[in-house]
Amino acid sequence: MTVTDLARRLGLRGLAFFYLAAILLGPLLVVFYRTFEHGFGAAWAALSTAETVNAFKLTLIITAIAVPLNTVFGIACALAIVRRRFPGKGLVNAFVDLPLALSPVVVGLALFLLYGRDGWFGFLGDHGIQVLFSLPAMVIATIFVSLPFVAREVVPTLREIGDEQEQAARTLGASPWQTFRRITLPAIRWAVIYGVILTAARCLGEYGAVAVVSGRLQGETETATLRVEERYESFDLAGAYAISIVLALIAVLVLVAMTVIRPKEEAV
Amino acid sequence: MSTLEIAAKPTRIQSERASTALSLGLVTTYLTLIVALPIAALVFESTNAGARGFWEVVSSPESMAALKLTLGTSVAVALINGVMGTVTAWVLVRDSFRGKALVNAVIDLPFALPTIVAGLTLLALYGPQSPIGINVAFTKVAIVLAMLFVTMPFVVRTVQPVLLELDEEMEQAAKSLGATELQTFRRVVLPNVLPGILSGVALAFAKAVGEFGSLVIITGNLPYKTQVSSVFIFSRIESGDRSGAAAVAVVLLAISFGLLLLIGAIRHYATRHDRD
Repeated sequence: MTVTDLARRLGLRGLAFFYLAAILLGPLLVVFYRTFEHGFGAAWAALSTAETVNAFKLTLIITAIAVPLNTVFGIACALAIVRRRFPGKGLVNAFVDLPLALSPVVVGLALFLLYGRDGWFGFLGDHGIQVLFSLPAMVIATIFVSLPFVAREVVPTLREIGDEQEQAARTLGASPWQTFRRITLPAIRWAVIYGVILTAARCLGEYGAVAVVSGRLQGETETATLRVEERYESFDLAGAYAISIVLALIAVLVLVAMTVIRPKEEAV
Repeated sequence: MSTLEIAAKPTRIQSERASTALSLGLVTTYLTLIVALPIAALVFESTNAGARGFWEVVSSPESMAALKLTLGTSVAVALINGVMGTVTAWVLVRDSFRGKALVNAVIDLPFALPTIVAGLTLLALYGPQSPIGINVAFTKVAIVLAMLFVTMPFVVRTVQPVLLELDEEMEQAAKSLGATELQTFRRVVLPNVLPGILSGVALAFAKAVGEFGSLVIITGNLPYKTQVSSVFIFSRIESGDRSGAAAVAVVLLAISFGLLLLIGAIRHYATRHDRD
């Protein structure tokens, strides 16, 4: 390796490190420091208020509903995209990818208009089914924004494994369900798990779409992320930081899980 | 597999058809209920006032200022991350150093961290109480910083796999034939990684245009100064102006759809040699 080679290598490495530190890690470390600068007790006190505990509970409930639904949908959708030919496939593809590129506020507004009093589904309210400003709308908004992740992880894996084994199973008399459970699912399981982790992370962290449709009633429709903003607006920076740190720790767990699973997924 | 019934052919074909119909029905119903109907309701609402009403809302000074700001900052962010993402991907693939796996994992942090937390953390380092004395809170710089944070992984993750697959022998051949470093990069490496860079840049741009959570706290939402389109839409909803919010939202929707088409075209072009 020549001297210029080495210089260039170190220069690029330094540049990348500086950028990552300035944009990603630096800010997070400052919040860690600020959260615990008055001791662990202060942070714990901020976390254990009834409203904050409720907010975390609500976030977990929404995630627990949205993740299984999007997992089943994601697998079915990936199978349809890769293994079937049907009219309107291009449209299905486009709609599955849309949540990746669309602003969460636009998502929230669309649901707000659909389920609002004058909306097409406004009649639900007349029958005593409260959607907007309560759990159902928040769940639907979260499902919308986290919809693509399982499908997008499973599609390439399905393409890669091909359908020869599936066809062999079918020829030997296996039913579609048997073929799926014994052949397809074991082959795509790491991609599914990876997609589930991404989906869960997106659900736990959703802010914009839920902010629009929740009505933000304290202790009722306030999720953990909405609570961060509320605490900040109420000049309770310590409270906002404490909740943020919990969410950041969850994010770190997600990163660890992603790192552990990725090589297995690539080894398939 | 001894319990497997050796089913008669007609029932097998029937069960196949039934399962196809069932799964396709499930997928389309779900997509229609969750995605298509709300989008349709949004587009419908925006047409309530007619084409003229739509244009009046979109071209109002406040809305135009927000759109210009959004597109301007998003272009800057997409370009910066286009360069920095490519550099980072290069370092992760071609360089070797201790803790590379850790750095590689950290790249995904913006995917895992809630955007509102991202905004709060950026404010902690670059806000009024900055420990390093840099305060950019409630300025355009803050918007760019927040957008850089949330779009950081896209270019890295689209360029990295291409670089991994790229044969270093091609570059060695070019160099042995007398090409300079710059020539090798420009003529050999760049043409190969360009589709990856472009689709990463397009994704980053799309994400930046729609970004909301990380901007709420750090930009202060000052109309004409730091109010981007997503925040503009949100404030319109809060003040009860539904058609105004819908009109600008449809503009963002059109941008998103356009970018998805562009990304699809780039992928189609990049895989042209792999297809039959």
